[in-house]
Amino acid sequence: MSESRATLHTVLAGFGQAVASHRPWPRYALDIAGWRQLIDALGHRRWPLLGLWADGRTVHAALEDHSAGEFAVASLDTVDGTYASLGAVRPAALRLERALRDLAGLNATGGADDRPWLDHGQWRAATPLAAEGARPATSRPGTDYRFLPVDGDGLHQIPVGPVHAGIIEPGHFRFHANGETIVRLEARLGYTHKGTETLMRGKSPTEAVRLAGRISGDSTVAHALAFCRAVEAASGTEVPARAHWVRAVMAEWERVANHLGDIGAICNDAAFPYIQAHSTVLREKVLQACAKAFGHRLMMDGVVPGGVAVDLAPEQAAAFAGLAADLLPPFAALCRIYDSKGSLLDRTVTTGITIRSEVERFWPPGPVGRAAGAGRDARLAPGYPPYDELSFAAPRFTAGDVDARVRVRMEEVRQSVHMIQRMLVAMPDGPTRTAVPARAGEGMVLVEAFRGEILGWVRLADDGTIARYHARDASWLQWPLLETAVYDNIVADFPLCNKSFNCSYSGHDL
Amino acid sequence: MLKQITRSFFSRPVTINGPAAGGDALKQLAGKVEALANKRLGRSLAIREIDAGSCNGCELEIHALNNPIYDLERFGIRFVASPRHADVLLVTGPVSLNMQEAVLRTIAATPEPRWVVAAGDCACTGGLFAGSYACAGALDTVVPVDLRIPGCPPTPLQLLEGLLALLEASAGRIASPKPT
Repeated sequence: MSESRATLHTVLAGFGQAVASHRPWPRYALDIAGWRQLIDALGHRRWPLLGLWADGRTVHAALEDHSAGEFAVASLDTVDGTYASLGAVRPAALRLERALRDLAGLNATGGADDRPWLDHGQWRAATPLAAEGARPATSRPGTDYRFLPVDGDGLHQIPVGPVHAGIIEPGHFRFHANGETIVRLEARLGYTHKGTETLMRGKSPTEAVRLAGRISGDSTVAHALAFCRAVEAASGTEVPARAHWVRAVMAEWERVANHLGDIGAICNDAAFPYIQAHSTVLREKVLQACAKAFGHRLMMDGVVPGGVAVDLAPEQAAAFAGLAADLLPPFAALCRIYDSKGSLLDRTVTTGITIRSEVERFWPPGPVGRAAGAGRDARLAPGYPPYDELSFAAPRFTAGDVDARVRVRMEEVRQSVHMIQRMLVAMPDGPTRTAVPARAGEGMVLVEAFRGEILGWVRLADDGTIARYHARDASWLQWPLLETAVYDNIVADFPLCNKSFNCSYSGHDL
Repeated sequence: MLKQITRSFFSRPVTINGPAAGGDALKQLAGKVEALANKRLGRSLAIREIDAGSCNGCELEIHALNNPIYDLERFGIRFVASPRHADVLLVTGPVSLNMQEAVLRTIAATPEPRWVVAAGDCACTGGLFAGSYACAGALDTVVPVDLRIPGCPPTPLQLLEGLLALLEASAGRIASPKPT
């Protein structure tokens, strides 16, 4: 087979050995030479890096071959605590490697950036996930961080955060501006790191899923779903058919509720609160209906290993059908108003354009990617039940500006509501939960949260408890793009750009 | 758009009636405001929200307080951008250690009289993150707390009950200074 037609699996099989009991996609154990060959291959293959994390001394890199429809993990068992950096061929690896060092103490050699990322020198222990156990804390002042230098006439710095003006998660944004124009934005994150992955270790899946659902409260269903599907893949659990459908109804309502809130918030940040006033009423209707059906407005703790905690009762399904029908006309009216306001469009069109070359280097998931011509959607590729029984296409816009990110969300609200209507009709009967056997295994999954795909990876111990769970929220592949999107925009448009991305801080920081 | 606005004139408002100030919350606050009796606060409260490492769930429900259904501002309670303008610090999250200094500085920057409210299970007890190497835990491990509103996250109604109790307690037995 000629090299240019060799797919991901074939190439990785040439670099290392496939590992048993990694599901549903293969994991290849590479040696140091194989890892270097992988870096060479990534230099000329268009395989997105989906994630990079450590499990003890082993470094894992998840990759996708989109044209072949293949997914795989390439692993390296480090011997001296180092591994060759992927940063030169995959810029998304840069921050993932910094976080990996903070958490597991493994160093990426040849990397361009050796600054700590999540570790601000405030933890009670260092390298909490290191194979040999956590090291004693290395404390240093929290403000001790070398921001990238900037050189030029008439430049000034604007530090923003971690406490922000509104009701919003904390992070630090260091702007350099020339007058009103942003010359550089550099974000510093990690402020909400809670040690989630460490807390999960040793817990049963039923206990640990509660932590997964609190990785990012606005995506509690998607994160719990990623965790559960990874555990189910690792343990070989066959979830009952109806559970897939109830989970999807929850996931789509979560998508709708978030998009409604975000569309309103973006318009509010462009000084047009009218749309937010109405969209938040629609969002409230969704939350109240979800509370009635599943016992919690945000549906926390609703998705559990093996299925769902609460089945969808017939009267709640009827209420959902009524809500879906009632939502679309007022939502359409809001979209028409957005389209008709020149002063609003003036703020959103051509603002915050994601740079094309960076989009092609990061392959951003979610609405950020779909607004810039990168049409990824985990519900379609790799796909997971029940979406394989629903035909739909991910919306695709190419302008990559705030307006495009608003339009993607509008289209997804319509699409998700229609999907919910179809799911309510097509949903099979039957049980909604099964037991998860306690056995060892490794599982990987991709789930489409409202802001984009979450990668979930788990290794179960022999007693079925969590030896290691890693969640790579979509935000890891979007935060760096925000920095490029605000270049040459005015400082006053930053909130608009930031809201149009709506990256997660907690989902990122873990 | 004019059609939507005209339609709203002839339809019933979506805003719910406010709940009574929560009994538990009032009990927690009894006595705390007496100590600050020299200052008159009036019937409005300014809140500075601080995310001390939450998962963002509490923030979503706090946001909901400002929607037309809960409409917090009609009770004379509003959110402010600066701690300098605040009477109340509404804090969520298990005080991630990376946020601890920012939280303490923000609270210290708030002029007296001020109240500190722990919103959500994480701020009240550390929640699922209690004992983590990366968190201080319950808010009261780093700063005295005047009111706790539990929940994961607390619903807008539960938040409203707690904040209304704070409002009543602050406006209650304080006399207006006589004009000179």
